[in-house]
Amino acid sequence: MSVVAKIVRAQARDAIRSRWLLGYAAFFFLLTEGVIRFSGDGPKAVLTLASATLIVVPLVTLVLATIHVYNAREFTELLLAQPIRRSSLFKGLYLGLALPLAAGFVAGVGLPFLLHGGGDPANRGAMITLVALGAVLTFSFTAISFSIALFAEDRLRGLGVALGLWLLVGLLYDGLVLVAVALFSDYPIERPLLALTFANPVDLARVLLLLKLDVAALMGYTGAVFQRAFSGALGPSLAAAMLGVWITAPLMLGARQFRRKDF
Amino acid sequence: MIEVSKVTKRFGDNQVLRGVDLTVAGGRVMGLVGPNGAGKTTLIKTLLGLCQPTSGEIRIDGETILGTEGSYRARIGYMPQIARFPENLTGAELFDMLRDLRGEPGALDAELLRGFSLDGQLDKPLRVLSGGTRQKVNACLALLFRPSILVLDEPTAGLDPLSSAILKDRILSLRSEGVTVLVTSHIMSELEELCDDVAFLLDGVTRFVGPVAQLTAMTQKANLERAIAALMIREVA
Repeated sequence: MSVVAKIVRAQARDAIRSRWLLGYAAFFFLLTEGVIRFSGDGPKAVLTLASATLIVVPLVTLVLATIHVYNAREFTELLLAQPIRRSSLFKGLYLGLALPLAAGFVAGVGLPFLLHGGGDPANRGAMITLVALGAVLTFSFTAISFSIALFAEDRLRGLGVALGLWLLVGLLYDGLVLVAVALFSDYPIERPLLALTFANPVDLARVLLLLKLDVAALMGYTGAVFQRAFSGALGPSLAAAMLGVWITAPLMLGARQFRRKDF
Repeated sequence: MIEVSKVTKRFGDNQVLRGVDLTVAGGRVMGLVGPNGAGKTTLIKTLLGLCQPTSGEIRIDGETILGTEGSYRARIGYMPQIARFPENLTGAELFDMLRDLRGEPGALDAELLRGFSLDGQLDKPLRVLSGGTRQKVNACLALLFRPSILVLDEPTAGLDPLSSAILKDRILSLRSEGVTVLVTSHIMSELEELCDDVAFLLDGVTRFVGPVAQLTAMTQKANLERAIAALMIREVA
């Protein structure tokens, strides 16, 4: 087994015993169970869960992952004093946190659907998309958290940046886009708007999911523009590729900082 | 053997090390002393590759460590100042993790294990252990792979007098086995007990490096504590 896998195994063993992670999984379990009981397992359930996922997953991931990196600082130093490469250690620490977080989300949302016989068959594609997008967002925001915590020495500052980022991408983004649209309504703004969608992983996930559900009315402004701009499979493929960039880019930034950092 | 020459380290505007020169010969114990903020921990981190020096040279057993992959660290046992481990793992799992990572069958030091009475503590999550018990785990971890060099950052901080004595005895017995030791502490009587040599660090510069006896003779003081105090007063004046 590689050094990376060994670090992942030990870190994951620590993480899955954490009350926070168990609470996180339990939250999604209860939410999903409740939604299925009250509104069935149709598109409406997926939509409700999607709204919760797009808000909660980035928030919890940013907060838990940022705090984790700061709390693990001393132990990270101990591991750095072992004869292992920094790049291996970084990968191990990242995956050792991102995998349990993603697993907590997937289990929390997935289990109730399995318990209810897999949900409405017509709806299964959207359901799987939702679970996959939640996991992808977890990987992306864990990578972003690592970058934030490695660049900001001060933990309060780091946590502030993480929360500020969540406010921006999770809550304020669509509102800011609408303001921009209102201000620049005399100009052709479709292309800049598309760029804005690509600049926000939460928006990308939302657009992907709503395209799958085919409810353009609920897509917000950027989603509507997105659907008009891309026909067929091009839009979703581009959005998915861009989400991949939202994992790899912060990860590479964090890895670079980790390799050079003075601990 | 640890050789540090002309090492400087700057963090932004903060010049922490301004020229550190010291050699710890094989099988000797060197105490690193100096006021808070003198750069002791930074120097230790530089030795371990946690920090890259701005300039200077560091050799472990004659080989330069700068720009290497860090395989030299297999020979060093490091006891950090603050012992914080993954909260939900047990002590036993922590030792297993390190053995697994290094691919070596590291054995717990029998003498420490017996003296520290850690039995029964190693199956509890590390989060519920007291600070002193965690420090004992920290000490066992540093000795896990029979290192030929020990780097100890305030090793007895938080230990009760009995455990502290056991650890010091073990350090001395390791020295007689040929292990090289670099140790920091603010307790001068402790260093006097342990050390052959002492390095006095002030404002990032080694102001004195040599045998303890030489320092006390030079300052005409009865013990290390008085001698270091005399050095500090002289440097400030």
